[in-house]
Amino acid sequence: MDLSAINPLLFVAGFLVAATPLIFAALGELVVEKSGVLNLGVEGMMIIGAICGFATAVETGSPLLGFAAAAVGGAALSLLFAFLTQITLANQVASGLALTLFGLGFSALLGQSYVGVKPPRLAEVNFGPLHDIPVLGPILFSHDIILYLGFAMVVAVWAMLKFTRAGLILRAVGESHDAAHALGYKVVRIRTLAIMFGGACAGLGGAYISLIRVPQWTEGMTAGVGWIALALVVFASWKPWRLLLGAYLFGGITQLQLNLQGAGVAIPVEYLAMSPYIITILVLVVLSADKSAAPASLGRNFHASS
Amino acid sequence: MTQTPILALRGLTKAYPGVVANDDVSLTIAPGEVHALLGENGAGKSTLVKMIYGLVKPDSGTMHMHGAAFAPQEPRSARAAGVGMVFQHFSLFDALSVAENIALGMENAPKLGALSRKITEVSEAYGLPLSPDRIVGDLSAGERQRVEIIRCLLQDPKLLIMDEPTSVLTPQEVEILFKTLRKLSAEGTAILYISHKLEEIRSLCDSATILRLGKVVGHCTPSETSARDMAEMMVGSTLKTPMRAGKTPGAVLLDLQRLSAKSPSAFGMPLREITVQVRAGEVLGIGGVAGNGQDELLAALSGEQLSGAGMIRFKDRDVGQLGPTARRGLGILTAPEERLGHAAAPDMTLTENAMLTGAVRENLVRGGMLNWPAARRFAERIINDFDVRTPGPGNAARALSGGNLQKFVIGREVLQRPEVLVVNQPTWGVDASAAASIRQALLDLAEGGAALIVISQDLDELMEISDRFAALNEGRLSEPRPAQGLTVDEIGLMMGGAHGMEVAHV
Repeated sequence: MDLSAINPLLFVAGFLVAATPLIFAALGELVVEKSGVLNLGVEGMMIIGAICGFATAVETGSPLLGFAAAAVGGAALSLLFAFLTQITLANQVASGLALTLFGLGFSALLGQSYVGVKPPRLAEVNFGPLHDIPVLGPILFSHDIILYLGFAMVVAVWAMLKFTRAGLILRAVGESHDAAHALGYKVVRIRTLAIMFGGACAGLGGAYISLIRVPQWTEGMTAGVGWIALALVVFASWKPWRLLLGAYLFGGITQLQLNLQGAGVAIPVEYLAMSPYIITILVLVVLSADKSAAPASLGRNFHASS
Repeated sequence: MTQTPILALRGLTKAYPGVVANDDVSLTIAPGEVHALLGENGAGKSTLVKMIYGLVKPDSGTMHMHGAAFAPQEPRSARAAGVGMVFQHFSLFDALSVAENIALGMENAPKLGALSRKITEVSEAYGLPLSPDRIVGDLSAGERQRVEIIRCLLQDPKLLIMDEPTSVLTPQEVEILFKTLRKLSAEGTAILYISHKLEEIRSLCDSATILRLGKVVGHCTPSETSARDMAEMMVGSTLKTPMRAGKTPGAVLLDLQRLSAKSPSAFGMPLREITVQVRAGEVLGIGGVAGNGQDELLAALSGEQLSGAGMIRFKDRDVGQLGPTARRGLGILTAPEERLGHAAAPDMTLTENAMLTGAVRENLVRGGMLNWPAARRFAERIINDFDVRTPGPGNAARALSGGNLQKFVIGREVLQRPEVLVVNQPTWGVDASAAASIRQALLDLAEGGAALIVISQDLDELMEISDRFAALNEGRLSEPRPAQGLTVDEIGLMMGGAHGMEVAHV
């Protein structure tokens, strides 16, 4: 065992990268659930985003166009979910599961000719002299624009929910759709927009895996990150900052266990591989002990019948 | 009144599939007038106010505000035109603060800080104490209503619509509300007031319009018309007052000794050392503001919540450890307050719902097999005996109107020949004539030797049917007193007075 083989700077920089797909997916789902909708299709929207982004980036040569396409792809798939649950009032759990299965299958079909292709690389943001600061430079100022976007979105969503009227209306719809309707708010429209936002975020998260983290295309490459994102939203008690903390924790332990494996620690690989899941869930369960309530209308369908 | 009316309705008609909710309804309201809208359940009152508030569009007819045509497409435009509405089922968000709730109901809400100051100003000006930072989920019913009223007042309404505002308030809170309303009316705000409580309407309202089956059947001046006459105009026939024979109560059937229980829900109220006996043939009325232990008491008596040894005795037998089915077998039946989801399963048919509580006492189960024809006959008997208006026992409970479902769930228990019957809010949301028949059925049951506990928010109802009256306050039960001769003030004190009313001297 040789722990000195782990470079702490690369380790920290690596876990920021590992956490970013999770941040995107979970943040989108947080907004969706705040509006009172439970979309279990995160995994499906992520993988669709991963292939849409990958294919577009390869064809156009522009990773940024790829990310834009990923967001559009994720949002388009989420529109299917919005149609099922908001218009035809189908069961949200079943629709979400169907969306995941559909997304996994459809992405495999779309991606057939992209297996083994190398995508164009997204350049790091040029921070000039900041990049040369010892320690902080390589950790904080040597990433691509999308990673910073993820962090900025957490701040933006937090501020939107806490300080803006739009955020208040979103929370109100998630809290009691009947009361919101009685006050004249368009429940279905607001929820559809939230679902599309969630789809776009999940798509970005998926593309971050296929274009930056891995970077290549393989079937089912999101490998359960969407489900972790769903759990993360709940254990983070629907709070953006806790969600960020949970995502970093998960990313950090994922990165650490990979490094430990590389360093040949005498713990069976299986235990190392399961450790991020167990530790993240344990920590967030303890954090969520204050029982900050879920949106009261979560998962309930709304129909303006009365 | 020669001024231009604030609101004039001409020939409003609105039909839903299978029913005409409003048929050629016309009425006018002058500035500062308090106008009552009366009618039974399903007479079309709610539809009418929803049209004024822009939630429903009329099929034909016109509305004028201040002489100008008025056709709100949505509540937003109605609010902009100066219509405010306080809902029957509060349209509030439990997890949000008072200020956030109020901001949601305003068009151009100021920043929360400025809004909080305005809320404090208005609440002081109108004698409605309210702190803007509190979470609505923690407020009492009276305080929640103040949130709704202040939300309307902040928008400077010309017309305030109030749908059943007093059904959840203590008498003292009603007084405060009326003072506020009179003050508003003196400032020129018109008020459209919907209530089942005719005495309140007589003391508050200047004029009244009476609806029956969607049509206007009369106007009157409430202060010059007796409550009985108004009720008969609503129903369209003479009203029967429940009758009871004077009698001496029999042996003690139910004996509660220092009954204490934790509440199953996080926001509930624990029961604290409740001691009371109920005799055969006696009706014990239990009043109190909602949330003071009513649901918990019902749960403890029904067996949903088990209690300690010796706390609940039925005919000298300790039943505190028995579950609901065992207690039903002995003859202790209960009908909880929440009709949909607690008393009845919303998506199951009336036959299935009859089976759910009637299985034990009506012998609807043989060797684990359900006897559906018998359950169906039982359901039909309830429908006939209690005048439940529904196409048949195959209908889902959800499809019944609130009043009809209430008749069904009460009838279902009454027809099972209970020895002890506990009901919570037996006539909630039920119109005058149906309420009278439910009360009569309860009195008949007591006449037949059953012991009844009636928990209700409606004091008039409790005074009408109880032999003894007690009040729940913070999970404690006051000493029961003979109902006859109790004054409203005494009852108010038993209920713990008004909540948070110390500063409210207008």
